[in-house]
Amino acid sequence: MLLALTHCSHHIRSISDPEHPLSLEELNVVEEVRVKVNDQENNVSVEFTPTIPHCSMATLIGLSIKVKLLRALPDRFKIDVHITPGTHASEDAVNKQLGDKERVAAALENAHLLEVVNQCLSTRPA
Amino acid sequence: MAADVASLVSLLEEFVSGQADSSATTIATGVKTGQFSILQLVEALGLSLTSSQTQTRGRGVQLLSEVLQESYSGLSESEVKVLVAFYENRLKDHYAITPHVLHGLAALAKCSALPPGAAVSILKALFQDVHVQSLMLKERSYVYNILISLMDSREKELKGLGPDFVFGFVQAMDGERDPRNLLLVFQIARNIIHRGYDLNQFTEELFEVTSCYFPVDFTPPANNPHGITQEDLILALRAVLTGTARFAEFLVPLLIEKLDSEVQDAKVDSLKTLAACGPVYGHKELAEFLPGLWSSIRREVFQTASEKVESAGLAALGAITSCLARTVLTSNSGDALQMFLELVLKDCQHHLCEPDLKLVWPSAKLLQAASGASYRSSLIVTAAVLPALFEQYNSRTQCAHRRTLLEVLQGFIQPTVSSRPAEREDNVLLPFQKSLCNVVFSALAESNAALQVTAMKVLATLGKQSGMLTEADMEIAVEHLTRLVVEENDAQVSSAVTDCAGSLARLHPSFFVTRMVPRLKDEIFTEPMAEEDASPARIRSRAAARERSVTALASVSLRISLVQESVPVLLQVLAAAHKGSSGFSAEEVIWACQGLWRIAEETHHTVEIADFFHATVIPRLMGLSLHAAVHSQKCSSPLTEEAVLSALVPVISTACAALQPAPATRMAAQAVSLFLDGDVSWLPENAYPSNIQLLESQSDGWSQSQLVCLLMACVCSLSQQVDIPDLDRLLVQLEELIFTCTHPFSYTSAAKCFAGLINKRAAGPALDAVLEKTLSRISATLECESSAQRVQAFTLLIWVTKALLLRYHPLSPVLTDKLFGLLNDDQLGSRAADGFSLLMSDSPDVLNRSCHADVRIMYRQRFFTENSAKLVQGFNSAELEKRSVFLKALSHLVNNLPRQVQLTELPALLPLLLEALTCPDDAVQLSTLSCFQPLIMEPPPALSTQLEALFTRLLALTTSPAMKVRMAALRCVHALSRLPSHMVLPFRPRVLKSLARPLDDKKRLVRKEAVAARSEWFLLGSPGGR
Repeated sequence: MLLALTHCSHHIRSISDPEHPLSLEELNVVEEVRVKVNDQENNVSVEFTPTIPHCSMATLIGLSIKVKLLRALPDRFKIDVHITPGTHASEDAVNKQLGDKERVAAALENAHLLEVVNQCLSTRPA
Repeated sequence: MAADVASLVSLLEEFVSGQADSSATTIATGVKTGQFSILQLVEALGLSLTSSQTQTRGRGVQLLSEVLQESYSGLSESEVKVLVAFYENRLKDHYAITPHVLHGLAALAKCSALPPGAAVSILKALFQDVHVQSLMLKERSYVYNILISLMDSREKELKGLGPDFVFGFVQAMDGERDPRNLLLVFQIARNIIHRGYDLNQFTEELFEVTSCYFPVDFTPPANNPHGITQEDLILALRAVLTGTARFAEFLVPLLIEKLDSEVQDAKVDSLKTLAACGPVYGHKELAEFLPGLWSSIRREVFQTASEKVESAGLAALGAITSCLARTVLTSNSGDALQMFLELVLKDCQHHLCEPDLKLVWPSAKLLQAASGASYRSSLIVTAAVLPALFEQYNSRTQCAHRRTLLEVLQGFIQPTVSSRPAEREDNVLLPFQKSLCNVVFSALAESNAALQVTAMKVLATLGKQSGMLTEADMEIAVEHLTRLVVEENDAQVSSAVTDCAGSLARLHPSFFVTRMVPRLKDEIFTEPMAEEDASPARIRSRAAARERSVTALASVSLRISLVQESVPVLLQVLAAAHKGSSGFSAEEVIWACQGLWRIAEETHHTVEIADFFHATVIPRLMGLSLHAAVHSQKCSSPLTEEAVLSALVPVISTACAALQPAPATRMAAQAVSLFLDGDVSWLPENAYPSNIQLLESQSDGWSQSQLVCLLMACVCSLSQQVDIPDLDRLLVQLEELIFTCTHPFSYTSAAKCFAGLINKRAAGPALDAVLEKTLSRISATLECESSAQRVQAFTLLIWVTKALLLRYHPLSPVLTDKLFGLLNDDQLGSRAADGFSLLMSDSPDVLNRSCHADVRIMYRQRFFTENSAKLVQGFNSAELEKRSVFLKALSHLVNNLPRQVQLTELPALLPLLLEALTCPDDAVQLSTLSCFQPLIMEPPPALSTQLEALFTRLLALTTSPAMKVRMAALRCVHALSRLPSHMVLPFRPRVLKSLARPLDDKKRLVRKEAVAARSEWFLLGSPGGR
């Protein structure tokens, strides 16, 4: 079975930016070329580009992408979400936060944070 | 009379002493029937009305009021005069009596015999003696109703009161809280404003007491006993607030203030109210607030995440703009519109030019709203915006950017109702005609699909406006479209070309005749084999180009001049395929047929085209098929294939259905003579053998007998007034063919043809005789278990049942019962169950309304109510292994019902449908799932108790072997997440766990459904979700 590239990016393209009424794809935060899927090795890697280098929402965007993929992909996949190299001021710090399983889990325990993430993931009413 | 009065007195005593409330009704009837007059009643009541006991007086007045309530319409003027004087006087009485007094006055106010001056005196007494807000809910509503009745009948007198009336009203309603009364209050306020009562110095007071309810925040109590919604109140209040321009100085600041609040409902309400002000206000009212209004609207549209706020904001901007555009025509206070639009342009225009195009959409929408508001505003906005857009377009290189710009452009050139140029005004786009065409053509020349699609939308919009495409431009446009048809394989581009070409061809057919049709014809008839490189990929792409050319030909053929050019090309395809030249596959022939069908359908209301089909197309099609059939031994033509013939049927039947009576009668005669007597004289070409017997079943094959489907297409779609010649002989022959033929397509078509004729035949002895004969033959064959013709007999039975069911023929219940009997049949049980689907759904080629069949409304509901119980009974008494047949029949039955009926019938059938979900047959599962999905969207109460069972079955089906079942089950699970969360939350963990498996399904479409469903379920009951 081949999990097509388009399939994975399809899941995240509709996520909306917390500060913007537009979706991440419309803002060019996620692009298809920056999503890599390896079906044999059960790996998914997503690079996203914050709108500006000092975007304060970068962690939240990353977290939303990660949560969306956790919910949408079979659990055999390891999901890696990080910032496109060289597009954010505190790239390393954000990547570290997103890579840390414990911290992601802890963040989702936080009702307020979860609320914001869920709002980003709710499909907009037509 | 004396006896009457005596009985009156005793009734009175009963009531006044508080023993029997019902005597009021008895007395009221007495008054109405003239047994005693109202004044006699008052006289008789005398003692109680003057009693020193408050309670007795109260009961007396109450009785009188209740009687008046019933009998006010029959009172004379003098009676009313006395009563009014009495009641006015009673208002000064003890407070416990006031409610009854008001009740009585409310009845009197409705009375048409109110003497002059009474209205004013009632009101004066009311305003003077009653403190409305200390009354109970019911009594307050009496007061409001008195006002409403008097305003309706005594407008002139009330206006004589001057501002006192408004003042009295304001005092009376100040502080009202009940929504029922508020609706009355708002109605009065609206009357005051619209009917020109004198507001004078009380304008602000009236505004104050009504505007304090803005924005309305009202949640009706559970199950809403009074049926008043927040929307009702909002609309009633809005009508008051926006009723007069005199409120402007108070209202607009209030709206700006609410717009700046955080509450979304308040924002939407304010914006909508503002939009409602537009038609009433003029420049004078708005002038000083314009900068403030604009900055608030801009902020809302730029920043909001809610479409509701955005569209309300745009509507408000449009209303303001059109208001300004209107006013300036009559005043000379400088060009207010120009000034306002400059403000808008200053804030929005630069966003269109920013490199990342971030705020391009909100800015464009604002500008478009302003531009679409009036002709003058569109003139100003387009003059400023379009050149900038052109410049941007030409300086950008990225296709995505260009596409966005083109989409924005599309919004500006689409004229709205209010911005359309009036007579003697030029189209505002005229100065930009050249540049617009250049941009569109340059976009069409790009290789980006999305850009091409957008460009074609713009092109179609331009084409609809006169003067926007010159002849030279049209030529270029058609060249481009033709090139795209031939070269572009993208599905989106193809469908955009079809739409665009269709809309242009309707207005400018000649360019398509000369430029597109010949080119496409070449494309269709170019020999693919002639080329040297004949790799499979190349052949495929040639075939795809042919298909697109055929579709494009069909989609532009909307005018007779084009049809006369394009239809011969398609017919030539069929002829060439029949001869075996040009290498057309059966599939390509089917496309050509579909093209012809599409043309017939799109143009069926044009008489000339219908005649063209009758005179040229149908004979040609018949001739070709007949030729293919009689020579089937010698050469194998695609025209003998079942799929091709099935594709010809809709072409012929649509064309025949469109015929006028005279050609239709000729058509019927021609078709019948061909099939009964082998008369080929009306067909082109003449290489047919002399003894054609199309309705005889042939021993050596079915190539001729299957042509009966074309007979069906001709004779079953003519209008009901057309007489079919030789009908009895035709029916006999058809029946014979059905029972003797073994070829399923032939006998099914013959059965359909038989049914189509039966359905339209006038009731009478002739019809009864045919039916009796046929039905006895069917019964005899079906009863003989070993008969080889049972399937044929069954096929005829089901079609005849349908034909009779549709027209409510008295025999149809008999036939339906026969069908029920067959459900238990070993051989035919499953077919009989599928037959229910046939009975309940529309068949595409026969027995439907477009074939002029006799179809009564709501036959499905009727069939369902008459028969569902029988099915349930049959299910309960059937043996275990036969039960699935009944479930199948039931699910077909329910599936085709209209939703309203489904909802009411569901509770009774729910257990059975749940049972059907566990039935191993996946057709049953699928059909049942498709019943459930719409039901879940609006769940009837009965469903809530069955959720456990439903979830168990649905989740099991998400791993079914059939892909369609998996998808349908997932869709149902998805829909269930929208149920009230207290009902479904308990199932959340189970659903999330079960849906993890389909996430890894081997089919992409299933995974997609699974992801959609699972994401929704994650949001359920989670903060920020639902």
